Amino acid sequence: MRRLIPIACAIAMLAGLSGAETILIRNATVLTVTKGTVQNGSVLVENGKIAAIGKNVSAPADATIVDATGKYLMPGIIDCHSHTAIEGGVNEGTVSDSSMVNIKDVIDPEDINIYRGLAGGLTVSNVLHGSANAVGGQTIVIKLRWGKTAREMLFEGATPGIKFALGENPKRQGYPSQNFFSQGPAPERRFPGTRMGVEEVIRESFTDAKNYQAEWKQYHDAVARGEHPIPPRKDLRLEPLVEVLEGKRYVHAHCYRSDEILMLLRVADEMGFKIRTLQHVLEGYKVAREIAEHGTGASTFSDWWAYKIEAYDATPYNAAIMTRKGVVVSLNSDSDELQRHLNLEAAKVMRYGGLSETEALAMVTINPAKQLGIDNQVGSIEVGKSGDMVLFDKHPLDYYSKVQKVWIDGHDYFDRDKDLETRPEFQKKKKALEDKLKVAEDTGTRQGKRNASNAASTPMIEENQ
Amino acid sequence: MRMRSVYLMLPALLWASVALRAEVPSAIAIKDAHVVTVSGEDLPKATVILRDGLIQDVGANASIPPDAWVIDGAGLTVYPGFINALSTWGIPQPGPNRAVATAGNVPQQAAPATPAPNPAPRSHGPEDRPQTYSFERAADMVEPSDSRLEAVRAAGFTTSATFPNRGIVEGLGALIDLAGERGRDMVIAQPIGQQIEFRVGGGGMGRSFPSSLMGNIAYVRQLYLDLGQYKQAKETYVAHPNGNRRPEYDHDLEGLAESPRLLLPADECQQVDRILNFGRELKVPFVVYGLHEGYRRIDELKQANVPVLISLKWPERPKDADPNDIPNYRDLLMQEQAPAVPGMLAKAGVKFAFYSDGVDSAPDLKKALKKTVDAGLSRADAIRALTVNAAEIYGVGDRLGSIEKGKIANLVVTKGEAFDDKSTVEYVFVDGKEFQPSKEQQQPPQGGERRGTNPADEGDANGGVN
Repeated sequence: MRRLIPIACAIAMLAGLSGAETILIRNATVLTVTKGTVQNGSVLVENGKIAAIGKNVSAPADATIVDATGKYLMPGIIDCHSHTAIEGGVNEGTVSDSSMVNIKDVIDPEDINIYRGLAGGLTVSNVLHGSANAVGGQTIVIKLRWGKTAREMLFEGATPGIKFALGENPKRQGYPSQNFFSQGPAPERRFPGTRMGVEEVIRESFTDAKNYQAEWKQYHDAVARGEHPIPPRKDLRLEPLVEVLEGKRYVHAHCYRSDEILMLLRVADEMGFKIRTLQHVLEGYKVAREIAEHGTGASTFSDWWAYKIEAYDATPYNAAIMTRKGVVVSLNSDSDELQRHLNLEAAKVMRYGGLSETEALAMVTINPAKQLGIDNQVGSIEVGKSGDMVLFDKHPLDYYSKVQKVWIDGHDYFDRDKDLETRPEFQKKKKALEDKLKVAEDTGTRQGKRNASNAASTPMIEENQ
Repeated sequence: MRMRSVYLMLPALLWASVALRAEVPSAIAIKDAHVVTVSGEDLPKATVILRDGLIQDVGANASIPPDAWVIDGAGLTVYPGFINALSTWGIPQPGPNRAVATAGNVPQQAAPATPAPNPAPRSHGPEDRPQTYSFERAADMVEPSDSRLEAVRAAGFTTSATFPNRGIVEGLGALIDLAGERGRDMVIAQPIGQQIEFRVGGGGMGRSFPSSLMGNIAYVRQLYLDLGQYKQAKETYVAHPNGNRRPEYDHDLEGLAESPRLLLPADECQQVDRILNFGRELKVPFVVYGLHEGYRRIDELKQANVPVLISLKWPERPKDADPNDIPNYRDLLMQEQAPAVPGMLAKAGVKFAFYSDGVDSAPDLKKALKKTVDAGLSRADAIRALTVNAAEIYGVGDRLGSIEKGKIANLVVTKGEAFDDKSTVEYVFVDGKEFQPSKEQQQPPQGGERRGTNPADEGDANGGVN
């Protein structure tokens, strides 16, 4: 039985952290994002939903009271472009249309970056396939319910997506001549090798999808007539593209250059589907009006560019310019590191472009929620929405602010004090285990098999693994 | 039949065959031994009689036929022969450099003595049926010449669920005996299933689909959708041939259709969750193999009512590990807890068996089994896992896995109880044929660093998903 103790501890801690309870957060500066700021305000969460907001909110006797005097409460941060928590490869880069693969199949709820994201106030991530293909894999929105299973992390009712990519990445053909990564030469060059070819791949895939749609319709019609046709083959590559055509799946398209952005919008119009979001979209400021007219959202970086040729013609004013032209703009991370301080990324649009405090916060809350079609549930502090909130010690747009607590659906998923408190105990436990298994004493750089390190990570992180 | 084939053989073989035969008694009696029948009560002093490859009788009062060779069983314990629930035992493996990834990134196992002249062509997607060997049969590949057989018999193993191991869909497995004159003599039952192994990594533009885990999953999903369509198309055609085009014969799908069950890999807990969902989605009977982090999913496995195969290659820190490379808490816990998984599964009532996962020598197998017994698995449950459970998982519990009248005469006879440090395997019977493993085979070689596992079999399971 003794060997069960660590697990039992982990379970007990988890249960203690995230019990479904009624919570009253009192006396905070409530940054609702959509309904202004409430000074000395209180927020009541019942059954996972926000039940009341105001200066005088009474709570039932059994409510957990959180005194937030001097602290700032904002909606949980939403990241519209993440590759966190993917197991076994972010890209299926072997083919130019990898729409048969689905990120939903490979969510790793044990990825330490989920917890680290939480510690930065992140509550929702749009987990995307990589950008190796013109038509990429299927994507999924998760809530960072650390300690739960992959299925329990899926954002209920969120429309699934598919990743597209334009430009340099999808036109890479492989490394036919050299021994790249010691794999030997690639057996053949991948199509396409040009930007024209990328357009062609998208066009061809949707032409296939339409034919496929017609083939199934023909079959169902024949069955309805009482005939006995042989059913067509169900094709996992084309099924999601049919869903795109039917408006049941969002397209999130990785892009940089304005000419390609216009190309994609034209192809989408021609084929009869919508681009839900343009991702990165560093030259979006050049074609903001066209993006707005198409009803497409833009998810960009604050000030990250020049990491490749197509990412040079960029400006930190991009988000502000697109916003002023009527585009719904969000700021995303695309990175396990950046996702831990998206509030600070948001702050930069005040410096560059003079957006308001609320507009800045919207870039990482209600705007990505709108882009993902989940703004009826999350993205602001409003009665009826999910209890997804972050408590900061200072204003979240202040560079010295730190996350104190994070709730998702009214459950407590991160608590800075508890985390710090449990560290010594955890280190002791770990040391005992190391001794037992005779792990070398040398601490050195401490890089584990997984990306979780030891000293730097928190007890809760590893407790729950 | 056998006689005729002997006449046709070369004189040398004839001589060998006759010489061999001369040593085989018509019946064997193991007298007054402790018999662990597994199916019934333990018999502290009983006799087991073997004839024609079957157990003719067992019991305290079994009468010894006059033509039987008698083994004095005093101080010996008789168990049903141990079954390795998943391995390549019996399929001869080429040298240590077997698993060479070719340019197409298709791990080319296998049989050809000379390297394949042409690498596998690049797969452009599921329609190319990448890394699919569903039609290959272990039953056609097994040979008594596999050098590992003698070594593992010395650990008491008489039987193996043997699967080909190349590609993602690896081929039809066979339950085989670990001895025989020819490959065909070894086969007990086939096909017993199809093993899926996720081959992750080595991707990139211009290489073969799939390279990612999600690509592997999507591919297997597409295969089973294709199989559903194939079956439906064939049925529709048989019922309404007139006016319908004839469905094409599909080699790969026929192999899949023939398989009574699927073996799916899952080592870590999120992989267990994933694979349980995936198996249910495919709507085929399935078995999960790996399970080193199974201690975090005991209830789920119980609820899923799915049999599991536990890898005997317990996770441990490699001896030559970088001293700076300190595993995290989860890895450490897994190292500590993995051997305790079988005990927990037994308590929860989950049906499980063991598989060798590249542990191919008698001392190492013994050590690995002892480790899980020391971690809380009862001896009785360990024996069940190695015998009746494995037999039942593969649907042959009616002929294997216990010491009962009429069952196949696969036995292991030990001095001292199995899993004890000092116990030795005295006799092994495969199809009633006696083998006496040497003491040397059961001891780790003295001095120097020994190779614990057969390098040819490393990475046997779970390819790259860890």
